Amino acid sequence: MSQAAAVGHPGVDTYESPLTPESWSKLAMWIFLAGDAMSFGGLLAAYGALRYGSPNWPMPSHVLGIATTGVMTFLLICSSVTMVKSLAALQDGEPRRMCMFLGCTILGGIIFLVMQAFEWRHLIHEGLGLTQNPWGASQFGTTFFMTTGFHGCHVFAGVVYLSTVLIRGLRGKFSPTNYSGVETAGLYWHFVDLVWILVFTFVYLI
Amino acid sequence: MDEAKRRQEHLQDEHVTTLHPNYMGVFWWLLALTILEVIFASLPTGPSYPQIAKIALLVTLAVTKAALVALYFMHLKFEVRTLSLIALTPMILCAFFLFMLMPDSYLR
Repeated sequence: MSQAAAVGHPGVDTYESPLTPESWSKLAMWIFLAGDAMSFGGLLAAYGALRYGSPNWPMPSHVLGIATTGVMTFLLICSSVTMVKSLAALQDGEPRRMCMFLGCTILGGIIFLVMQAFEWRHLIHEGLGLTQNPWGASQFGTTFFMTTGFHGCHVFAGVVYLSTVLIRGLRGKFSPTNYSGVETAGLYWHFVDLVWILVFTFVYLI
Repeated sequence: MDEAKRRQEHLQDEHVTTLHPNYMGVFWWLLALTILEVIFASLPTGPSYPQIAKIALLVTLAVTKAALVALYFMHLKFEVRTLSLIALTPMILCAFFLFMLMPDSYLR
């Protein structure tokens, strides 16, 4: 796609094949995501190491709501689809559809956050905390809240980020040849979805 | 000059074919894999379905789903290879760190 997009940019020599000829912001986002992936990797590695070394680690499927988080996973996957549809609509010259799909993506993120808040409220009510766990090892609560909380912060930041993109879209700041703002925001949102796929498996299912 | 023109036409053709991958097809795959994950996770482990097999299955499914999102939704499949290396480096490092931590946890 990068090579293809270079055709529309007279300043870019197609022979050079730069990393992201459309915009520097896209390359910057990729570098940021690579660093952010390390943060999540560290959290998941810590979770794995603590769990492996603890004899009384509770079975997550027995204490966490798998059905609820399954729905949350489905929701994030749907929001990723609406995000790519939003970019595709803009590239096809349909800015109104772009804004509609972007609005759906933001809505998906907000519903996800509300569901996570309900899940946390329920678990805290059951006695799970950062330093306490009624079902066994206290580190379970620490790692659970740290990992899902860090991801939740990313979802919240994504909702704010996409909202600013939506406002710019409604003001007509994007066009079929000027879509890098939407594409870069989309990269962030898909990363949030990708990380949740891993968190769902490692923290909830295994 | 002709070669430049030919290359430009080739890139334009590529643009048309790679601009919009089958996003709904990817969505249905992701949904199917998520349902499979929940089913495999809820099956009770035992001699016929050991815990290690369950973990291997779930990790494989999760990595497949993550790869689908990265390749098609993040368009990594259509980017230059160097960008894929930037994306892949933290994954390799994370896996390395995880395996380095394993002996420490085991010997505690």
